[in-house]
Amino acid sequence: MKAFVCVKQVPDTSGKVAVRDDGILDRASMATITNPDDMNAVEAALKVKDATGCKVIVVCMGPNPAAGMLHEILAMGADEAILISGREFGGSDTFATSQIIAAGIQHYGLDDDDIIFCGRQAIDGDTAQVGPQIAEKLHIPQISYAADVAVDGRKVTVKRMLEDGYMMIETKAPCLITCIKELNTPRYMSVKGILEFDQKPYYVYDYNELKDEPLIDPDTIGLKGSPTNVYKSFTPPQKGVGRMLEGSGKETVDELFGILTGKHIL
Amino acid sequence: MAFDSKDIAAFSDVWVFCEQRDGKLMPTDFELVSEARKLADEKGCKVCGLLLGDNVKGLAKELGGYGADKVYVIEHPTLKTYTTDAYTKAICDIAEDLKPEIFLIGATYIGRDLGPRCAARLRTGLTADCTHLDIDTAKYVQFLRESSTLDVDKMKWDYEDRGLKMTRPAFGGHLLATIICPRFRPQMSTVRPGVMKMNDFDQAKADACEVVEYKVDIQDSDLETKVIEVVKSTKKLVDLIGADIVVSVGHGISADVQKGIELGTELAEALNGVLGCSRAVVDAGWLSADHQVGQTGKTVHPKIYIALGISGAIQHKAGMQDSEHIIAVNKNPDAPIFEVADYGITGDLFKVVPLMIEAAKAIK
Repeated sequence: MKAFVCVKQVPDTSGKVAVRDDGILDRASMATITNPDDMNAVEAALKVKDATGCKVIVVCMGPNPAAGMLHEILAMGADEAILISGREFGGSDTFATSQIIAAGIQHYGLDDDDIIFCGRQAIDGDTAQVGPQIAEKLHIPQISYAADVAVDGRKVTVKRMLEDGYMMIETKAPCLITCIKELNTPRYMSVKGILEFDQKPYYVYDYNELKDEPLIDPDTIGLKGSPTNVYKSFTPPQKGVGRMLEGSGKETVDELFGILTGKHIL
Repeated sequence: MAFDSKDIAAFSDVWVFCEQRDGKLMPTDFELVSEARKLADEKGCKVCGLLLGDNVKGLAKELGGYGADKVYVIEHPTLKTYTTDAYTKAICDIAEDLKPEIFLIGATYIGRDLGPRCAARLRTGLTADCTHLDIDTAKYVQFLRESSTLDVDKMKWDYEDRGLKMTRPAFGGHLLATIICPRFRPQMSTVRPGVMKMNDFDQAKADACEVVEYKVDIQDSDLETKVIEVVKSTKKLVDLIGADIVVSVGHGISADVQKGIELGTELAEALNGVLGCSRAVVDAGWLSADHQVGQTGKTVHPKIYIALGISGAIQHKAGMQDSEHIIAVNKNPDAPIFEVADYGITGDLFKVVPLMIEAAKAIK
């Protein structure tokens, strides 16, 4: 049994976000972090390792700086890392990205009792599409929005959240689970992990490494293999600054309610 | 004819996946059917609802009242409760057979599970969580004129283009992106609940709506997941999306959380509104996630939005800036929330809100 965990490096959109005048994001000026939901996926995989002793393999597609992030996850307790990186993969939408990551997992080898963990969605695109699309391309079941996961041999039981409650869902490995922050609290790197991470296997899969995988085809990867394209990107106009009322006492509040009732807003 | 997602000419009509839970349609279904009507009128084609379940045929006509010309109903015992496997199988079978040109799915927790799986199987693109859709390029350009900082008059436009332009927030709402799917069909989109305007219900159109039963073959071997139980949240969920007035609290209540929530609740009640909050409040565990407004919470556009002690991170603004009237109370005069507020009061919410409650009660 193995646990794969898919992670993405994202710009930290909670901090200062720089947008150029032409509506393109200035990624270079922004700090990057491991996508928050993905850290819950890492923790979920490490919990399975704690319980079963299975191997945890962290998989990331992206440019080379993702290396530092993968070291951190190895230091948390993951056993091996795979960085999928190559010019041919650039410009991929969710369809092409899932195609490439699924090929990477097949290249490493997906066994009948393996589980793949992903974060629910990344904070840059917010699509929540790559996880389910990896599952479809590997022909395995998916359970998204996982708030609790129990693994018993090949049997996997997941508490799957809904807006108005939850479902308990049972499936069998191999399967893919997307994780939400309610699932767990990610652990810190351990001292032992920090001392040992650079002795752990670290693979880089480029186009040449993956090109013989059945899922890899110039028509299914990169910008050319992406069914969707960005037509325009833009920033919303700043709304004109409203009216600041003087003071914060009773007169001010009465003035506000006077305006609201006067304009028939209330 | 075999299904080929690249054979663009073979596809027609606008379809909407109409989600039901416990045999009840979701409000999002009516929003999406209404939006689909708008798109179909621009294209000159039909709106078809797609309804899956067990014994759900009786729900179909109502969709007609919001703009569906036709509703395909697929009934099967395995479709009673949502599972990814059974729903993907049924939807892809009918889509491969009847070839919709545009396919909209509500971006609910279920739609966002189902959409990507179907798009991957149909070998087409999917745009997540859309907030605006256009066919007609002239209308799209007008939308950009009103809603972007782009200088549209200096740009070249192909006014003949009849592809679906799908606009959505990205990077936590810092950017909007319009996505197209030019080479594959159907053009698929999940659509954010609460955003699209619902048509007024028309009984005559509901009566005229054609209901077509469609059979799919679902075998046990198609099913890899089993729903053991469905548990409804026992506490009453907050209807933020439908509320006329939303009173939201933010990190500013940290000085006295209990009092802050009491004040927010009391002001909301005095105005017949609903209590919302920022992500910070949910992350701290002070209120449950169904109260959360913002990019990762709900998008609201009430008549009045009152932000109490909310600094106004872009993610929060993304969920409320289209409210008709925004009132902000914050101690910090430089809080970004004031950038979108129509009326701002710089002050301590613990002092200002009791006065607001009093004033609200006085006008009743």
